[in-house]
Amino acid sequence: MDIASCKRDFPLLHQIVHGHRLVYLDSASSSQRPQSVLDAMDNYYETTHANVHRGVYAIAEEADRRYEAARTAVGRFIGAPNPAQEVIFTKNATEAVNLVALTWGRQTLKSGDAVLLTDMEHHANLVPWLMLAEERGIELRWIPMGDDYRLDLTDLDRLLDGVKLVACTTMSNVLGTIPPFARIADAAHRAGALVLADGAQSVPHLPTDVRSLGCDFLAFSAHKMLGPTGIGVLWARQELLDSMPPFMGGGGMIADVRRDGFTTNELPWKFEAGTPPIAEAVGFGAAVDYLDAVGMEAIHKHELSLTAYALETLAQRFGDDLRIFGPATTDERGGVLSLAYRDIHPHDLAQVLDQQGVCVRAGHHCAKPLMRRLGVNATARASLYLYNDESDVDTLADALAEAATLFG
Amino acid sequence: MPGLEDLYREIILDHYRSPRNRGELPSPPARRAEGFNPLCGDEVVVYVDVDDGTLKDIRISGQGCSISQSSASLMSGAVKGKSLPEVRDLIRTFKAMMSIHEARLGDGDADEPVALDPESLGELAALQGVVKFPVRIKCATLSWNTLAQGLDDAESPDIATATD
Ligand SMILES: Cc1ncc(COP(=O)(O)O)c(C=O)c1O
Repeated sequence: MDIASCKRDFPLLHQIVHGHRLVYLDSASSSQRPQSVLDAMDNYYETTHANVHRGVYAIAEEADRRYEAARTAVGRFIGAPNPAQEVIFTKNATEAVNLVALTWGRQTLKSGDAVLLTDMEHHANLVPWLMLAEERGIELRWIPMGDDYRLDLTDLDRLLDGVKLVACTTMSNVLGTIPPFARIADAAHRAGALVLADGAQSVPHLPTDVRSLGCDFLAFSAHKMLGPTGIGVLWARQELLDSMPPFMGGGGMIADVRRDGFTTNELPWKFEAGTPPIAEAVGFGAAVDYLDAVGMEAIHKHELSLTAYALETLAQRFGDDLRIFGPATTDERGGVLSLAYRDIHPHDLAQVLDQQGVCVRAGHHCAKPLMRRLGVNATARASLYLYNDESDVDTLADALAEAATLFG
Repeated sequence: MPGLEDLYREIILDHYRSPRNRGELPSPPARRAEGFNPLCGDEVVVYVDVDDGTLKDIRISGQGCSISQSSASLMSGAVKGKSLPEVRDLIRTFKAMMSIHEARLGDGDADEPVALDPESLGELAALQGVVKFPVRIKCATLSWNTLAQGLDDAESPDIATATD
């Protein structure tokens, strides 16, 4: 598959906004979907829909088959050793982290235990631990970020002393930084801690293999990787899932219910109470099929060269007027560009870019502790994906120049 | 489709570039109220010096976009020296212009619906274009809500002493 042809597969990208070609640079927040994903979901609703796990009639069996096939496809996509058991469908990455905090966390963590986070976590991987800290009196520690926008691991072994869980992003949604996750996981395991990977940003963009990553838990969302909203994944090692108490209670997650109690269903359904997002799972399956067909290596290579082009173009055209919060080179870095341009407020910048058809996000990107560390309230963030090309970066640069005229 | 010129009027850019009544007041005696816009991380701090039913002085600090900063600056000029009922009226009128209807601005005072009279708004009318950009309305109203909160604090000594 030719990466240059990708753009054609995404119907939303072919529209005119404010008289300009739409240039979508907000995939770190949520990506767009190819026609094949939309078709898979339509076809499911048009031909197959019935509730899963309950029907014996033909279309119910087919709904079940498609739902479970999607699970297996998503599991293979991340190298899960047991995709049919270990992939839990959640609402999104946020719910996946909360699931771990509220089941494994509540079961395991006692007052005085420590959870190690980093300076660059998204609120999704912070607030569940803050909530647990309030409830349980656990201690939160932080791997600091250095001035090069990378994690400073100098004190890692000391920080790990007494830690039960390390919860760390695999790519910062603000800086694009890709932490040396496997190294952190190794050290954590040696110290007797488990490791949760917030894969929301890396799984859509980098080849993922849970075994080489070395994580025990992995959380991510379909909507950032060409799939629909309303569905995400918690992957965890099977022994862990087996030992964890259930999350929500209801239909589907039980094997038996009596007046005096219940027994839980097998994996993965033990963690999926109620009617799941079936059409969304089908769309998610089509999304990973699409990504597989293009090839995650090819996508990563494309984004690396596009990020290098963007860093170079922006530096050339704007010099010191434009500041990029994030690693200066493409080593261990994804295509997320958090910008400060002169002293134009990110909100104003995004508004002016919108008039040129350019979609970027302005704000704190759900990472307020990191923003404080950076000393800003907000940034304007442009993020790249497989359907972006150099002309999108050029349009961004032109639109930035336009903002300078208005606010200059 | 609304254009940028509806949003970034010259008066707005002027107040953004040279904000009026910027700074702080010693607190106490001044009241200090903080407002946040959780969507964009903007924050505004409003200091009000209320004496004898009059808003004697006001200062604004904090950080934000051109809309929130210019709105705060325009607000500070419009309310300084006014009686508290006049200030409350202006807050209501401004928020009506932003077409945000909140059940309650003050503590328990029954709000009559305000007839919108743009004439009474003077320079503030420049912010009217913001309503065409719905996500920016919160930027424009941030300082006004914070001022209302500051006045509430100033007018309820019970709460103030209870926290002492
Ligand atoms: C690093 C990171 N973690 C977690 C999330 C949460 O994803 P969701 O909102 O889909 O749950 C995001 C999304 O912005 C993210 O960027």
